Amino acid sequence: MQKNPMQAASENDSDLMVQMIDVNKWYGEFHVLKDINLTVTKGERIVICGPSGSGKSTMIRCINRLEEHQRGQIIVEGTELTGDLKHIETIRREVGMVFQHFNLFPHLTVLENLALAPIWVRKNSRSEAEEIGMTYLERVKIPEQAQKYPGQLSGGQQQRVAIARSLCMNPKIMLFDEPTSALDPEMIKEVLDVMVELAQEGMTMLCVTHEMGFAKTVANRVIFMDEGQIIEENEPNKFFDNPQHNRTKLFLSQILAH
Amino acid sequence: MTDWTTKPDLPPPASETGTVGWVRQNLFSSPLNIGLTVIALYIIYIGVIPLIDWALTSADFAGSSRNDCTSGGACWVFIADRLNFFFYGFFPKAEYWRINTVFLLLALLIVPQLFDATPYKNWLGWFLLIGFPVVSYFLLIGGSFGITHVETEKWGGVMLTLVLSFVGIVAALPFGVLLALGRRSEMPVIRGICIAFIELWRGVPLISVLFMASVMLPLFLPEGVNFNKLLRALIGIVMFQSAYMAEVIRGGLQAIPKGQYEAAAALGLGYWRSIGLIILPQALKLVIPGIVNTFIALFKDTTLVLIIGLFDVLATVQSSIIDPAWPDVAAEGLVFAAFVFWIFCFSMSRYSQALERKLDTSHKR
Repeated sequence: MQKNPMQAASENDSDLMVQMIDVNKWYGEFHVLKDINLTVTKGERIVICGPSGSGKSTMIRCINRLEEHQRGQIIVEGTELTGDLKHIETIRREVGMVFQHFNLFPHLTVLENLALAPIWVRKNSRSEAEEIGMTYLERVKIPEQAQKYPGQLSGGQQQRVAIARSLCMNPKIMLFDEPTSALDPEMIKEVLDVMVELAQEGMTMLCVTHEMGFAKTVANRVIFMDEGQIIEENEPNKFFDNPQHNRTKLFLSQILAH
Repeated sequence: MTDWTTKPDLPPPASETGTVGWVRQNLFSSPLNIGLTVIALYIIYIGVIPLIDWALTSADFAGSSRNDCTSGGACWVFIADRLNFFFYGFFPKAEYWRINTVFLLLALLIVPQLFDATPYKNWLGWFLLIGFPVVSYFLLIGGSFGITHVETEKWGGVMLTLVLSFVGIVAALPFGVLLALGRRSEMPVIRGICIAFIELWRGVPLISVLFMASVMLPLFLPEGVNFNKLLRALIGIVMFQSAYMAEVIRGGLQAIPKGQYEAAAALGLGYWRSIGLIILPQALKLVIPGIVNTFIALFKDTTLVLIIGLFDVLATVQSSIIDPAWPDVAAEGLVFAAFVFWIFCFSMSRYSQALERKLDTSHKR
């Protein structure tokens, strides 16, 4: 069913952040996303879980066009995601992303990493951008690291800088692609604490993660994906206590076993 | 439960450190090493010592003609006598001050770049790349501002080599960057053009490029239109070196993890901003060895302009060697030429290593 994007934006709540309508994606012959339908309203925290290769990362990467979808529509805050560069850049300004491997810029100091986008995309002056950077660096509790290079920080600190870097652009939506998967267990907590605080402040978040404790604490909805499809979607309590599908039950039994 | 105390740090044993330690570890640590050390000392004895004797101890430095070279060693009098020619080429003597000014200006602009603490370092850098060439052009060519015109045919020696190399280096790098980016572009037309350009210019030797530019180009141009010979050589050199530079830089671009491109994109930085702020600084830093290699090769390749009648430093030396007034000075002349090349190439090499150390932020701990 083809929906007129302008119609879709006006007939629904203006709080609608992300709409994915019948989204399909192929990598060559491989059908990686099958008929994905998803809506995210403002302030919602969504945790996406599933086995590897299920398409979870691919799905959220389609939202900021790091991956292109071949069929269906993705509408972010009323703007449809197509090949149009202007739309893509508008959307990327409002959508922040945190990566599994941090992807900090190693040739710049922490503060320069944070100030880069505000200076070059939002056109702030250097002093304004550095002020914004320090504010968020204090928010993630490592203001003393401002002049260090990413290579000198621990994994947990780097990920917190990465979160701060995205926040400096004042996004409306934050995407997290397995943010704690590359961290030592001792550092996972410090990053999750930052994410929980962010959630409590009302940020709209989509997290691909295996941290089920986080899902239970903070998520409005938990989505289970397998083989490119959304199998199940529910509130955390119902999702964990009463999974509907066998595939979900199997996954949960494996992941919650230890 | 007892607390455990750390044992105090002790200094290492004397034979493991310092000069004695170094000598033991590197020169005498095994029978093979001992053998190699003895052989090396022997080679130094039969090779290096006579060389030093020829070049310095028995050499003649002062005088005015071949007859003053009586000691049986190197005749550096030849070099001293012809030094102006080797350095300034056919430039009129009265105008040497112009070349000296340009050279001094170049030195004054380069030296501050070597030190971090220099104020206005960025401004000086841009002036070096843009303002300085303009100023030098007017000083060297003349013809305006009350300075007499000196045709490019009169340029020669070290001065010509430096002009060719400087222009080649300053032009080949940005051109190479654009070609490398173009080759990695997703737009087929741009990618095709860049691949064709790179493969064409890498496929022919520089000597034939210069030869074609010099001999064949006039055949294709309409009557009377004549391209300055030096300009033809410069264009050929720049085209040629950009193709090599493009591939060196492309290697660097490939080595940057995809996550860097993605993080820049996710922050909303467009293509050119991502490339200029994130990718290129990292990529260029990675391939400094390759870039400096290309520069050093370019510097030495400039001697090929001999084929089109331009007198670079090697050509000036060669023409002086066959001068009947100075018989038998081939060795001195060529050693001098080699020494000139070595000084410049080695300086570039050392600078690049210093630059690499300074930029190495990823390993700072």
